Amino acid sequence: MKILNRILLAALLVTAFAVTGSAQKKGKIDVGEALKGYFTPVTTPSASPDAKGFIRRWMILEPISKPNSTNRVFTDTYTRENLSVEYFPGQFTVIPKDGDKVKVTMEYQPPVNLTSNRPAQPQGEQPKFVKATLTWHALDSDHFFVKLFRFATGLDKDRYGVIFWTVTVINCEEDIPNVRLAVGSNKAARWWVNGEELLLLAGDRHMGVDSAVSDRITLKKGKNVLRGVTMNGPGMSEFCARFIDDHGNPVRNYTITCN
Amino acid sequence: MKRIIIIAALLLSGVIMFAQTGAPFIHDPSSIVECDGKYYTFGTGSGGLISEDGWSWHSGAVRPGGGAAPDAIKIGDRYLVIYGTTGGGMGGGHASKIMTMWNKTLDPESPDFGYSDPVLVLESLVDEDFNAIDPGVLMGPDGRLWLTAGTYFGHIRQVEIDPKTGFRVEGNEAIDVGRNMEASTMMYRDGWYYLLGTHGTCCDGVNATYNIVVGRSRNPQGPFIDNVGRSMIEGGGKSVITSERRLIGPGHFGRFVEEEGVEKMSFHWEADMDQSGRSVLGIRPLIWKDGWPEAGEALKEGTYEIKSVRSGYALELEVDFVRAQGAQGGMGRGAGNQQPVVSIEEQKLEDVIDTWPKGVIGARNGYYMGRPWQRWSIIPVPEAGGYLGGPYYKIVIAGTNRALAANEKAEVDTVPEFTGAPEQLWRIDQLTDGTYRIMPKSIPGHDEPYALVSLGDCSPTLAPFDFSSDNSKWEFKGFAPLK
Repeated sequence: MKILNRILLAALLVTAFAVTGSAQKKGKIDVGEALKGYFTPVTTPSASPDAKGFIRRWMILEPISKPNSTNRVFTDTYTRENLSVEYFPGQFTVIPKDGDKVKVTMEYQPPVNLTSNRPAQPQGEQPKFVKATLTWHALDSDHFFVKLFRFATGLDKDRYGVIFWTVTVINCEEDIPNVRLAVGSNKAARWWVNGEELLLLAGDRHMGVDSAVSDRITLKKGKNVLRGVTMNGPGMSEFCARFIDDHGNPVRNYTITCN
Repeated sequence: MKRIIIIAALLLSGVIMFAQTGAPFIHDPSSIVECDGKYYTFGTGSGGLISEDGWSWHSGAVRPGGGAAPDAIKIGDRYLVIYGTTGGGMGGGHASKIMTMWNKTLDPESPDFGYSDPVLVLESLVDEDFNAIDPGVLMGPDGRLWLTAGTYFGHIRQVEIDPKTGFRVEGNEAIDVGRNMEASTMMYRDGWYYLLGTHGTCCDGVNATYNIVVGRSRNPQGPFIDNVGRSMIEGGGKSVITSERRLIGPGHFGRFVEEEGVEKMSFHWEADMDQSGRSVLGIRPLIWKDGWPEAGEALKEGTYEIKSVRSGYALELEVDFVRAQGAQGGMGRGAGNQQPVVSIEEQKLEDVIDTWPKGVIGARNGYYMGRPWQRWSIIPVPEAGGYLGGPYYKIVIAGTNRALAANEKAEVDTVPEFTGAPEQLWRIDQLTDGTYRIMPKSIPGHDEPYALVSLGDCSPTLAPFDFSSDNSKWEFKGFAPLK
């Protein structure tokens, strides 16, 4: 399927646009101001999980356009296949820094029509592809959840039919065995710790605390890379993530950095 | 061989036997007591039953003294056994004595086994309004030990026993707390003292009308009031359990608390119509509704939705959602809705099974849609043994042999074929709030007694059972099998 996607992508690639998705060209955005109320740019060396163990510090990549006019499509198979497509080198391994940029080729979608009660989607047309440069942002969420939708709208990026890559680093002073990654996600997602896939979240799902919980893992002494990718159709993308123990209690004895 | 034939016949007929297995023949059983990993109950006569797993019972318990309807309780590291010296009777004299005696163990094979000399704690004369048989005891939360006894011949009488000696407390005056019932006993829960007894006719086989009733009081000495305001001394009593279709005449209540939220009640059925109408030991979940005890039920064989109390999500296979075919129904308007109303077929197993992987498939919780990957057949496996009050079950996707199984990571998934391996066998206990706990018989490479727990809405796992958390609780919603 990955090969098929690439062939399709190459065949349908259209002239590169110097824009990112539907975003209009503007001057440099004040990220702090643009994301006010949802995110604050990182200013401290490290953070701790909040009182309930939620991880709020993340590197977030600007959204990759992947139009979907419905959330019905998010079966297990669809989710795995489409979130396996490699859009940029090191997608499954990179620990980015704030401001790092990646170049992607992604499906074009027209600017959102906010006067319509449903997102405008091309009907019956062959997809078109564009090249775009996307930026990683180091952010602290102002809430226990990470409101990806507002990250996109704040930066004037595609808001529906998008894929968000997120990475953070969990720093442990010693091994912490028998913990579980607990994620709530709107919508489909895949999550990894240290390269091991722990969760595949399919279906037209809402974000609920601890909606899906992984098998037991050990957070090893030192750095642990937590990586997630979230895909949505017409919906308000967001997630929340924490580690819990066998009793559902939050695990908090670690720090969080962006690299 | 005959028993195998009976079980096979019952399975084929769709009727599942929920009395205990083995040779559970007993009348007037005492409360069940655990001693060194085995379960014991004593009955009228001189003996009693032993079980190693709580499901299969055989004779072998030893109690001297004869008489009727004993009770037993563990106090510290000793066992106090209490019995009446006669069998009572409605037509003759009623002189009888209640005796207590100690033993360090209930295992007759143990070198420590040996009863102390019995001690008189309560008696009835030939002709008074009391008959000193059918004793029952309760250790209250304050360490006071209460004993009740009596029959239809007059009152239910209560005395206090010294839990250190087994003697009657010096100076204690007997009081009357009930009337006209048998097999009285007490229990305590959440600030309430409960007096239980058995109404109806004893000792009449399939025609015995025995049934168990209860009243309650804030005071251990009563008055014990039923659900409509009658005192037990006025003949009141709220129903706890009555006869069922082929199990007749429950009597002689005993309570067994396994752990918080997991309680069982023991009793006898005067007649089990599937075992020659003989009197047999019965064990049921004890559930509590609005502060009143009721008999629960071991889960019957059937096809169910297995619903997480945490989220309302249903246990399902980790497979692609396959959209059902048929009219979408619309929103109640439009030309399409002018057509005659018809019934739409449900999605069938054969519509989806070819989309499923052939090997191990994970298990998760999802929105319940009545789909084939969410329909579980739950079937007792008689040859696999059981636990206190129930047999082990297999849990398979309806119409298949794909079985729910614990794995070596102490997680849960499904295997394509049920083999009878212990990790594919499940213990299902109804909890005191009416929901259920589901536990694997064993987990490969693990000793922890984990239960099926929804740590996340969508994520069943095996983890410690916690009655205070809905994560640990499940419900079974049955539906008729598809044709």
